[in-house]
Amino acid sequence: MSAEVLPPGLAPRLVRFCDELRREGVSVGTAEILDAFAALQAVPWTDRDDFREALAATIAKSQEDRRVFELLFERYFFRAAEAEALEREIHEDRRYEGDSESFDLDLDQLRDAIRQAIADGRDGEMRDAARLAIAAFGRRGEGSGVVGVDVQRIRRTLGLQVSGHDSDGEGPPLEREQIQAFERHLRRELERALIARTQKMPPSRPLAELDRALPTSPTQDLAAVHRSVAQLKRRLATLGHEQRGRKRAVTVDMRRTMRASLETGGVPLRLRYRPKRPRRPEIYVLCDVSTSVTSASVFFLSVLHALHDSFRKLRSFVFIERISEVTDVFERERDFRRISERISREGGVADVSGYTDYGRVWLEFYEEISEDLDPRSTVIVLGDARTNGREPRAEVFARVAERAGRTFWLNPEPRLYWNYGDSVMAAYEPHCTAAFECWTTKQLENFVNVVAGGTPAVE
Amino acid sequence: MDNVVVVKDALGSVGYLADEPAALVSFLAQELGKPVLVEGPAGVGKTELAKALSRASGRSLIRLQCYEGLDEAKALYEWNYRKQLLRIQATAAIEGAPESDPAWEDIFSEDFLLTRPLLEAIASTEPVVLLIDEIDKTDQEFEAMLLEVLSDFQISIPELGVIEARTHPIVVLTSNNTRELTEALKRRCLYLWLDYPAIEREMEIVRLHAPELDERLARRLVEVIHMVRQLDLKKPPSIAESIDWARALLLLGADDIDSAVFERTMSIIVKHRTDIDLVAERIGVQLGGRAPGLEAAQ
Repeated sequence: MSAEVLPPGLAPRLVRFCDELRREGVSVGTAEILDAFAALQAVPWTDRDDFREALAATIAKSQEDRRVFELLFERYFFRAAEAEALEREIHEDRRYEGDSESFDLDLDQLRDAIRQAIADGRDGEMRDAARLAIAAFGRRGEGSGVVGVDVQRIRRTLGLQVSGHDSDGEGPPLEREQIQAFERHLRRELERALIARTQKMPPSRPLAELDRALPTSPTQDLAAVHRSVAQLKRRLATLGHEQRGRKRAVTVDMRRTMRASLETGGVPLRLRYRPKRPRRPEIYVLCDVSTSVTSASVFFLSVLHALHDSFRKLRSFVFIERISEVTDVFERERDFRRISERISREGGVADVSGYTDYGRVWLEFYEEISEDLDPRSTVIVLGDARTNGREPRAEVFARVAERAGRTFWLNPEPRLYWNYGDSVMAAYEPHCTAAFECWTTKQLENFVNVVAGGTPAVE
Repeated sequence: MDNVVVVKDALGSVGYLADEPAALVSFLAQELGKPVLVEGPAGVGKTELAKALSRASGRSLIRLQCYEGLDEAKALYEWNYRKQLLRIQATAAIEGAPESDPAWEDIFSEDFLLTRPLLEAIASTEPVVLLIDEIDKTDQEFEAMLLEVLSDFQISIPELGVIEARTHPIVVLTSNNTRELTEALKRRCLYLWLDYPAIEREMEIVRLHAPELDERLARRLVEVIHMVRQLDLKKPPSIAESIDWARALLLLGADDIDSAVFERTMSIIVKHRTDIDLVAERIGVQLGGRAPGLEAAQ
């Protein structure tokens, strides 16, 4: 098909779209925008799918970027339509408005109807189902105001899970893509309702906090956890190679060089080097599993254990008021959910109150492994340093940090919250090699790279 | 190839069932003359795409298989040192006194140049498809060198001069996503992510390559493969392995996949000891007796 001239409004809109992408952390260069325009000359832009794919191929250059691209594409071109509608004051017939009390539909019936609509997968029906769900379950005006959280809440209330051998078998089987499609509809409808209610466009909330956070519940998208773990593993496997590239090996291997020189008549035209072996650290991990941090901890521990062959030795502990070693739990179990259950069951870490007591934890930890610590060890603590008013015992922690080669602290709260309330980060931070905030998968990945020796700890 | 639909059909006619994004990116690669970076898990057909493109467009395929430690000499060109040394020593022996040095000009001629895939692709008089396979196995220096080549499509050899491309090759880079590629390289390329196909599409692929297989059995096969892929395996089965399994079932004359058949043929799709245990435990149990649909057909 020959090139079609792009309509006049499209170019600036596209540039604005790329600008929004940049704000979400996708690096889009000018060259890529030019490529996108070139691609739109070759591909008919009137087909929505082709339009999206052509843009994606030239702009989103990794899986992570593509995910952000998809979300933003939906929202951008959907918001553009909504903004138009607002301007022209077009309102849809919203038949499903009303209080949840006026619904005397049986809740189970409603659930089944919605599941059926999802399984059938037709757009129109899914949209109606989304509106029903919101009217019935979403608390308008009382909602958290954060669309992402509401979507998850509605999904949990409906009991939508990917049907595997664990499901209770009611209703038609649902695939992950179908549930995600339904979530997208939920999100659009919630935003639509918000816009209609406030009569103006809400500011576009950066995706970063809502969508890229660590899984906050063990059942949430286990597959994503596994995928990111598998990816991290592959990356760590090649980490040693990257290092070799950065600092070229220093010693020339004489024997191999001489042997190679035979090829060129005894003249050593090519030098052979001694291979450089990557350092493999010993790791001791301590994870806080009180209610404020549970799933982040388990996720983090799973990641470390999946990578256990990159480390010489790995021992992991969980704690609330006391510590308990969980190394064997990871060695024996493979299922993330079961691991989580076992840890909470057998942890034996909570005493009476269930509140974290860092001081006591350090005492126990020091007693347990002080003999094993040496300059080759790395100690990692994952916790929010909220010690509920109890003694922080920073001096014991200092002793641990002294004996270990490196000590890292991972805090699942953003840096702004450190030292507010009962958080005593200031007491511990000076003794650590480095303290990181860790509430997105990217930060976690960065940290794992640091631990495995790839990147230096200090920026 | 004029538009996306034509590309898709052309690929289909040589045995590669491309989905919309793949066909579109292939079309754009041709139109815009940009290289394509194809990423995805192992075994989804990234290399196959390049091969199919070459068959469909009638261009020959030049393949550069990347590995860790690949350098310029193996990818671009290399002088044949041994031949050169021999020539020098031979002419020295004949001439005796080194008054004239006729050997010098001869030594750095095209006879003594070993052309590696990249140079071959550039110097080729016919248009080609250049496949750079598994680029994530190389290091950053190699990528920088590649970038230079891909930007200008010319290679400068100090002794011979600059060799420019006479035709524009279609360049396909594949990556298994084991490491992040440099920004500069990604910027240069069009991006395509190939993932495991959905059930319907995989069925089409299996039936294309094993047409005698009964439809219900094919569906069961693909469903089982999908169940296996959901598990946390070291190496999930690839599409090629699905096809192998289909052919194996044909050879064995199996008409259903129950736990007995599955156990016998499992090692065609699962290739690690630990994976075999896991799969046998989770899936083998589920399969049990014969599938209901096939009972009725008996």
